[in-house]
Amino acid sequence: MPTSDPEIVVEDPREQEDRSPAVTTTAKVEAVVYVLLIVLALVLGYDNYRSGMGWAKDGPQSGYMPFYLCVILGSASLFGLGHLLLKRWHGSGTFVTRDQFRRVLQVFIPTFLFCFATQWLGIYVASFLLVAGFMRFVGRIAWWKSLVTSFIFALAMFVTFDIAFDVLMPKGPLEALFGY
Amino acid sequence: MEALSLLLHGFAVLITWKTLSLMMVGLLLGVFVGVLPGLGGPNGVAILLPLTFTMDPTAAIVMLSCIYWGALFGGAITSILFNIPGEAWSVATTFDGYPMAQQGKAAEALTAAFTSSFIGSFVAVLLITFVAPGIASFALRFGPPEFFAVYFLTFCSFVGLGREAKHKTIISMTLGLLLAAVGMDTISGQLRMTFGFTDLFRGVNFLVAVIGLFGISEILLTMEERLALRGHAAAIKLRVVLKVWKELPRYWVTLLRSSAIGCWLGITPGGAIAASFMGYNLAKQFDKNPSTFGKGRIEGVFAPETAAHASGTSALLPMLALGIPGSGTAAILLGGLMVWGLNPGPLLFVEHKDFVWAVIASMYLGNIVGLVIVLTTVPIFASILRVPFAAVAPMIVVSCAIGAYAIQNAMFDVWLMLLFGVVGYVFKKIGVPLAPFTLALVLGNRSEDAFRLSMIGAGGDLRVFWSNSLVGSISTLAVILLLWPLASKIFEHAGRLLRPAKT
Repeated sequence: MPTSDPEIVVEDPREQEDRSPAVTTTAKVEAVVYVLLIVLALVLGYDNYRSGMGWAKDGPQSGYMPFYLCVILGSASLFGLGHLLLKRWHGSGTFVTRDQFRRVLQVFIPTFLFCFATQWLGIYVASFLLVAGFMRFVGRIAWWKSLVTSFIFALAMFVTFDIAFDVLMPKGPLEALFGY
Repeated sequence: MEALSLLLHGFAVLITWKTLSLMMVGLLLGVFVGVLPGLGGPNGVAILLPLTFTMDPTAAIVMLSCIYWGALFGGAITSILFNIPGEAWSVATTFDGYPMAQQGKAAEALTAAFTSSFIGSFVAVLLITFVAPGIASFALRFGPPEFFAVYFLTFCSFVGLGREAKHKTIISMTLGLLLAAVGMDTISGQLRMTFGFTDLFRGVNFLVAVIGLFGISEILLTMEERLALRGHAAAIKLRVVLKVWKELPRYWVTLLRSSAIGCWLGITPGGAIAASFMGYNLAKQFDKNPSTFGKGRIEGVFAPETAAHASGTSALLPMLALGIPGSGTAAILLGGLMVWGLNPGPLLFVEHKDFVWAVIASMYLGNIVGLVIVLTTVPIFASILRVPFAAVAPMIVVSCAIGAYAIQNAMFDVWLMLLFGVVGYVFKKIGVPLAPFTLALVLGNRSEDAFRLSMIGAGGDLRVFWSNSLVGSISTLAVILLLWPLASKIFEHAGRLLRPAKT
């Protein structure tokens, strides 16, 4: 039978190391999550206890159901933690390798900065900066392509949401300059 | 025959230029998000939801459900051409779809996938048309105890039948229920779990959580992987389409079997993935020479695609008739309905007849139009994957942020979305399922209201859930499902203990 070759090929521009050391194991992360969930269950449980978890004359008080949900959440997490420590602690896989973690941060940190910038510059300017910066520094795409793409994208978003669909977005000084 | 005349009325509501063009836009956007790596049905619908806030509910839901159909169609494109399943339920499509593409039969495989998707959805829509009104009118007799029992059944079936570790499902579900309870208590008006933060008074919005859990976390996961792609370009010629269609009647058993599996599993929560695998495996089992599967058999595309779409579509049945979503995307559509002040459930069929039947009519139209669109535009969509991910990723992030902000015009929600993104990423990596969380978050308030109203009605007596045969049998079924894994373990154990005694 004829075998056709791939016709669409997209190479990853970022060099890859196959063997990169593990940052942490899945078991450790899982344990941390269980501990956090137990703390959350205790804090929320206390709040619901305070707002009343018993029965009033007209039925259960407002803290009744959430309080018992906290009990279930806490016990399930405790069970998970115990099960993990006793049975599965050794031999669990890698959570992320250092290389993977770096790539995840490459997208997480810009996203965080984008959210921060949105508060001061408005969402459209912030998204222009995010798209252009990401394309240039992470994707290593030529400057002019990055700038043109992100400008068109930000403008298209502005036209779609602010003008065509009347969905109001946070705006900053630049939009104010144009009278929006 | 009342259903038929109501359906015709539904078509009449739909056929306006405005609605039809919105359908086209929705379908194209849907295929687009289905093809893009790191986006899929639920994320696409959640992110694009804000676009529809200013439309009237009918137009909005039609557009949203078309995005959903489009995403279902789009998932097949990447599975067949690139061996990348866009969604978990497209995994089974890659088994035979990708080998077909390698053999130069990509066009046949794609035609088969689209056609069988269409057939699967069509059977499911027929089911919805004729069964949903009946269920809804039956459910009109439900009081708070019956509704709570049905919600309880939904939660229990997730715990009992889910394949993940039980404690992880329970954690995910209770966490969702707790977050749903944050903010104003709907019955007493008291504030709960807000710790004095004014931003929490409104509660944790369901859609903000979904955008973070599915959209942002998916970007993080996609970035972690290598981004190189290799795939096949394909254009579908009319001749090929007709050829595949002419052979279609030969596979009627496979198509019918997969549709039935899909419809059944779609109505029970979380079934689309199981349906596609089951459809595939059964087709393989009943075949005369099963060893040829996995090497490019066209049935290997027909079987899982039909089942996946039948279940994806029939997941909307319990949502419309009972207010209980059968899948993640159905849960998001339900969240959307509530934004427009429509309360899904049996009353919807009485109070908003026009709306319900327009939605059902749009399922028919959307699938037909969708089939035509995907068959003609495959080459364009396949080439979208040439766009570097470094350009697509930040745009998805921006769309997520816009979506999260627009729901309540609150910057706090954008930060919340980011937090949920991290939570979703970690949960996916340590194997905590997200579907129960989504379901619990959307049903949390309704199930608590139902519980407390039935408690108030019965004076705090838990026996109200076994007070008549209807509510009693639902509650008993729920408890059985909840304890099912435990019971089967005990039986297994007992069997092992008994066997040596017998011999």
